[in-house]
Amino acid sequence: MTYYENVFIARQDISQPQAEALGEAFAKVVADLGGKVTKREYWGLRNLAFRIKKNRKGHYLLLNIDAPAAAVHEMERQMRINEDVIRHLTVRVEELEEGPSAMMRARDQRDERPGRGDRFGGDRFGGDRFGGDRDRPRRSRGEEGAPRDLGSDDGEGGGS
Amino acid sequence: MNGARKPGGRGGAFFRRRKSCPFSGDKAPKIDYKDVRLLSRYVSERGKIVPSRISAVSAKKQRELANAIKRARFLALIPYAVR
Repeated sequence: MTYYENVFIARQDISQPQAEALGEAFAKVVADLGGKVTKREYWGLRNLAFRIKKNRKGHYLLLNIDAPAAAVHEMERQMRINEDVIRHLTVRVEELEEGPSAMMRARDQRDERPGRGDRFGGDRFGGDRFGGDRDRPRRSRGEEGAPRDLGSDDGEGGGS
Repeated sequence: MNGARKPGGRGGAFFRRRKSCPFSGDKAPKIDYKDVRLLSRYVSERGKIVPSRISAVSAKKQRELANAIKRARFLALIPYAVR
């Protein structure tokens, strides 16, 4: 058996219970073919970064799967057929993650997030190094570390 | 990250501190396509992947990171391009 992670996005106009039922249905497909779903996570109705099949939002679900390849193929086939699923991604992983995924952790700590200061000198990326592309103009970071012009001591010059 | 960046701005000629890869070492975060907050630090405002010479990510980790960013894009967690 192999470990897989599957994330799929369900259409925005179905309800949360429907979306979760969808996850259950796919989990059943896997179970019927001799695999098991070790974790099922509902990430909620999230905004998509761009439109997919006219949807601006989608229900995200994560399945952690321990199953033979055949079961995963069958599940993916059904996902392609199902019109409520607008996108899905299955990746093989070395080991399945226990506990909540990064997405859920981010959700939990959204409220009591400590000021991250400048964890890694955000303004490293500043400056106008991308030839006027205005790629990543310096973002103002509030209190500290904001307006320092690093234009002259930038990263790449020295090595070449 | 140990130590701050070099204090001066323009006056400092060409001295640069050695940067170290943010994904190496024992307290390093794991690269994960689901971790949008982490990935978005390595994506420019236009949505491009930041080159490793600027972010100081090692080559090996940069490949891993690029892969994770592309997966996150596919799942519409982060945009392919802004504007």
